Amino acid sequence: MVLESDNDWMNAAHSTGTSIMAAEFKGGVVIGADSRTTTGAYIANRVTDKLTKVTEHIYCCRSGSAADTQAISDIVSYHLGFHGMELGEEPLVEVGANVFKELCYNYRDSLMAGILVAGWDKKKGGQVYSIPIGGMCVRQSVSIGGSGSSYVYGYVDANYKQDMTQEECVKFVTNTLALAMSRDGSSGGVVRLGIISEKGIERKVILGTELPKFYQE
Amino acid sequence: MSSIGTGYDLSASQFSPDGRVFQVEYAMKAVENSGTVIGLKGSDGIILAAEKLILSKLHEPSTNQRIFNIDKHIGMAFSGLIADARQIVQIARREAAEYRQQYGSSIPLKYLNDRVSMYMHAYTLYSAIRPYGCSVILASYENGEPVMYTIDPSGISYGNHGCATGKAKQSAKTEIEKLKLGQIPCKELAKEAAKIIYLVHDELKDKNFELELSWVCKDSNGYHERVPEVVFQEAEKAAKQAMEADSESDTEDM
Repeated sequence: MVLESDNDWMNAAHSTGTSIMAAEFKGGVVIGADSRTTTGAYIANRVTDKLTKVTEHIYCCRSGSAADTQAISDIVSYHLGFHGMELGEEPLVEVGANVFKELCYNYRDSLMAGILVAGWDKKKGGQVYSIPIGGMCVRQSVSIGGSGSSYVYGYVDANYKQDMTQEECVKFVTNTLALAMSRDGSSGGVVRLGIISEKGIERKVILGTELPKFYQE
Repeated sequence: MSSIGTGYDLSASQFSPDGRVFQVEYAMKAVENSGTVIGLKGSDGIILAAEKLILSKLHEPSTNQRIFNIDKHIGMAFSGLIADARQIVQIARREAAEYRQQYGSSIPLKYLNDRVSMYMHAYTLYSAIRPYGCSVILASYENGEPVMYTIDPSGISYGNHGCATGKAKQSAKTEIEKLKLGQIPCKELAKEAAKIIYLVHDELKDKNFELELSWVCKDSNGYHERVPEVVFQEAEKAAKQAMEADSESDTEDM
């Protein structure tokens, strides 16, 4: 029994001490995340997928408690699936973000969830909505989240441009995440990317060995 | 419709041997007792026009309106029992507000139409209640597209380019079919709508009536509202002139 009390990580919740990101470009959005899930100092999963499908054209980037955010995105996925059937077309991204917000706000006292909702619809094109802890919802053209994000706000502000090409945007997101992961102890592993446009999503993985290097080394 | 129910018309929950639900058909009759209402699709929006019969000179001009706002971007016009229709208005408004609350954006008309027609249909299924004695026209202008639906007391709904319900729906429909729906701008269409309402009005049976005109279009920024005073006056003038020209040509023929 000594074991249990001494090793806090055995009982601690899994949380995605994270670097996540979403950015609009001309014709869609790029979403990205690191792949580390931690239980205290222990890496419970080094190849996690934090980019979660909600509908064909709406994805979310999860940060905070892994259990909470998985549960929320499952519920929203159900809601939007049903709503899409009633509507006879795919739900709008802003509708998806609003359903996330409604849950995150109403249960703010029991949840630990910081979510980025991103996707494409024919009304407003590529969109990014940020729903931080507390349940606010705001549209941003670029947004970052998770513990790693604090290290790269300056980089994002300095380098994000409106109406980038897809290639420019992918490069920008990869660089930002690589920088965040190198400074943040609870972020790391590979970079997972998703490019959402009218055509749907295109997934990419950038292995730890292929991450862009800056002045170090 | 001409045959009587012979005992099968007392309840909305029973079919007649030849497969009809008389209570629903009677409800449609109730709709035909009220003033004509039309909806026209233009190139840049939709016009709703109503012939509001004035039952008493003691009423104020704005009483018993026949066109309502459901949400800022949706209008509803009705013919039939006013009190019944107002309940439908209330239901539709609640649906629109709840949608906004849950999904953070304005309700698509297609969705609202599904909900309201389902609701009206439910009232044709039970013996303890009667169907709604009104038909409604729903109109909106969303994402640059004019959209319009009509719902009958049976709960059936149709998407329309042009529609008419009420007393003179047949002759109104004949007039509407002459128009190039979906191609005329709303400012012009307002005149056509007014003309039709004036034309189908039966002076012998109903003396006074008031014209109601509303639109949802590009000019109104996608909001549903009464047409501006200027447009209204122009439309009414055009309608009256058309009527005069009509009666003159009638006398010439003689």
